[in-house]
Amino acid sequence: MLDGLSQLLTEYNVLAAFWMTIKLTLAAAVGALVIGTIVAIMRVSPVAVLRAAGTTYVTLVRNTPLTLIVFFCAFGFYITLQYRIGAQNSPIDVQNFRWGVLALAVYHAAFVAEALRSGINTVPKGQAEAARAIGLDFGATLYNVVLPQAFRGAIAPLGNVLIALTKNTTVLATIGVAEASYLMKGMIEFRPDLIYAIFVIMATGFVILTLPVGIGFTALSRRLAVKR
Amino acid sequence: MSTEASVLFDAPGPKARRRYVVIAVFGTLVILALLYLLVSALAAKGQFTAAKWSPFLDPVTWTSYLLPGLRATLIAAFFSIILAIVGGILLGMGRLSQTTVVRTVCGIFVEFFRAVPVLMMMLFAYYVFLFGIGVSGDILPLLGVVAGLTFYNSCVIAELIRSGVGSLPKGQQEAALAIGLTPFAALRLVLLPQAITMMLPSIVSQLVVVLKDSALGFLILYPELVRSGQTLASLEGNIIPTFIVIAAIFILINYLLTRLARYLERRLQRRRRGPKVAQVSTIVSPSMASQSPLTAQGQI
Repeated sequence: MLDGLSQLLTEYNVLAAFWMTIKLTLAAAVGALVIGTIVAIMRVSPVAVLRAAGTTYVTLVRNTPLTLIVFFCAFGFYITLQYRIGAQNSPIDVQNFRWGVLALAVYHAAFVAEALRSGINTVPKGQAEAARAIGLDFGATLYNVVLPQAFRGAIAPLGNVLIALTKNTTVLATIGVAEASYLMKGMIEFRPDLIYAIFVIMATGFVILTLPVGIGFTALSRRLAVKR
Repeated sequence: MSTEASVLFDAPGPKARRRYVVIAVFGTLVILALLYLLVSALAAKGQFTAAKWSPFLDPVTWTSYLLPGLRATLIAAFFSIILAIVGGILLGMGRLSQTTVVRTVCGIFVEFFRAVPVLMMMLFAYYVFLFGIGVSGDILPLLGVVAGLTFYNSCVIAELIRSGVGSLPKGQQEAALAIGLTPFAALRLVLLPQAITMMLPSIVSQLVVVLKDSALGFLILYPELVRSGQTLASLEGNIIPTFIVIAAIFILINYLLTRLARYLERRLQRRRRGPKVAQVSTIVSPSMASQSPLTAQGQI
């Protein structure tokens, strides 16, 4: 087993694959946070049209398999319709990466929006009422009283979304982005004799990636928890 | 439209109401512009021509591609959720065991497999069945999909069970022990039935996750809905319309399941409410709230 492990690690560039996983995660996380924040604002806004639009987005995206969204972007928009993101002459793997990140961002934005909304829901109405009672205007109430508490309440669910996003980057193996599970498939096909060692390496990689995030977010949410 | 003030916004006065109308008009215009952009991007490449959509009027499209695909998806999801519930209850009981060894082993197992992506487990299971056990034929991809989904979802359900038992009032266990049940019997006869009932809505929403994740079987050639759709699309040359139809099927099924989960949740809440147990439900609800991130994670 140990012999197999070292053999695999020298033969295959496992680190490069996990670096790709990290890059995908970070890029998609930024995108999901941007889209998700917009959708969350729409969902809690006092304007019915925006609320309905936000709810529709979340319902549609949350109930569609990520695989399908990825295919829609990569096979649909990119391969079939020839739409490209950014430079027109960039190679296929760059385009696949970008469309893949877009798909991940669009999908996880729905969950980010729900996490933020659940954070806002943890704030009791009395907080805003008290803020208004001491004479704070709308902006001050939001900025000084409601949002700080809401963000604290949203930390734990946001951490869960980040962990899920890290794991879900593997779905991009279906469109050939060279991340961890894509490498794993190739490794197993070439070295079926070392299948258990391969799984141990790749699974451990994900444990290393997600475990600190989970512990960190849990600790953070405990430390910042609003005492009520 | 809710007239009730939320935590963010006070009940609107005449000035605010006028401002809301302006925002509503502006917002609608932005949303329509985005939709127009999307639709025109598709229309510019001829995705809305009759030729692209007419295959869906042909019964053969449904009987030879979409319905068999849907059937395969449902079969995989069915077996996975049944096995995952069984595995989840066993693992959950293991995590609540009095024996340190069992508790630790189950704990490590659950934490490990919750950290590993489902797709990797599917790939691993597929190739173990192929190379290790020597399974071949049509059953192989199904086994891979079901094994991958079962492993992951047992761990999620085990956590649901554990937090469900944790959120029960302490008196339940104390009373069970007081009448002379062993800790295991108390868990099996008193705590688990209540925890499972309470977690029923979460288990139903987990079915949504299983259905969505079964689409990952694409990579190991399982003929589920997305793959059969792709086969259809490569014949008809209408990949985008096909994906739209498949997405609609998934959204419809999952939306109904989510509604069912919500209905169950409301029913259970109604049952727990009541003058005498009012205090119990206030003890239960904060822990339920702290548990929602977990269910939310399962949803992704």
